[in-house]
Amino acid sequence: MLERDEDILQAAEEWKKAGHGVALATVVETWGSAPRPAGSNLVINDEGTFLGSVSGGCVEGAVVTEALDIIASGQPKLLEFGVADETAFNVGLSCGGTIRVFVEKVA
Amino acid sequence: MNLETLTQVNIERAARRPVFVVTDVSNGEQRMVKVADLTGDPLEAELRKQLRMGKSAMIEVDGKKLFVNVYAPVARMVIIGAVHISQALAPMARSLGYDVTVVDPRTAFASPERFPDVRVVAEWPDVALPPLNVDHYTAFVAVTHDPKIDDPALLHAFERDCFYIGALGSRKTHAKRLDRLKAQGASDQDIAKIHAPIGLPIGAISPGEVAVAIMAQITAQLRLPKEGAS
Repeated sequence: MLERDEDILQAAEEWKKAGHGVALATVVETWGSAPRPAGSNLVINDEGTFLGSVSGGCVEGAVVTEALDIIASGQPKLLEFGVADETAFNVGLSCGGTIRVFVEKVA
Repeated sequence: MNLETLTQVNIERAARRPVFVVTDVSNGEQRMVKVADLTGDPLEAELRKQLRMGKSAMIEVDGKKLFVNVYAPVARMVIIGAVHISQALAPMARSLGYDVTVVDPRTAFASPERFPDVRVVAEWPDVALPPLNVDHYTAFVAVTHDPKIDDPALLHAFERDCFYIGALGSRKTHAKRLDRLKAQGASDQDIAKIHAPIGLPIGAISPGEVAVAIMAQITAQLRLPKEGAS
């Protein structure tokens, strides 16, 4: 019910229509004290520009990197981030939660 | 998501109509469901529940994990009457994510000093309300105690099918109000929608407590299942 994603999906549509490669990342599951609820969106274009948030800043960098691969391959991917993850030292959630993020190409 | 789906989702959101995107996260298969097409949808019960809760979530259907993203319009609140109750209610509603507007033609009441950070319209309801695009996702609260202001506002709220309509006043005051509204063409179905006396019965005394009672009643109306509905 909170105002959210107001411009994110609009930006996704505009970037795509302007000829950019675009990927959409969505938080689909959370455990523990995840900073952003399920349904939160992050949109990324082929220049690495992004808008929105899936974690309040902790893992956006990693999601953007994956998104660029997905824009190239067209294959959607389910990513998981959490403190137990071996990549936690690099991109773990400082709050101790776990999130799953679905990343798909806007085709 | 394909561009066609994305464009449709954006059209629905701009029109303040709820829309769902259902995604099979194992393979990316996806479909969009507009609220107008909910009836008879294989996931109707689940989608209605998620809409009511305003919550996006993973569900499991026939062993498939489906993510249901709910794009629900931002709820609005229109408060008729820039009174003490409204001074407590407006910031409370804002903190719950409502887009709040206060309407009162009495300029001494409807001053920005009394309502920092809230949209205040110092006009009569017939002028103030049409541009606000009051719709179903609007909680409508009439608290001036003045029939000249509250009555036309309530008639507007009936017309727009607001999900919550509440009006301040004792049972006696309310009975008189119902007679007046009926005389102006309101149906029995319309007047039955009014919550009056307004707010949950929590023994509220101060304006702030009355605001809590109203906000709780609106939340219940928004989140609890309707009787007889799935």
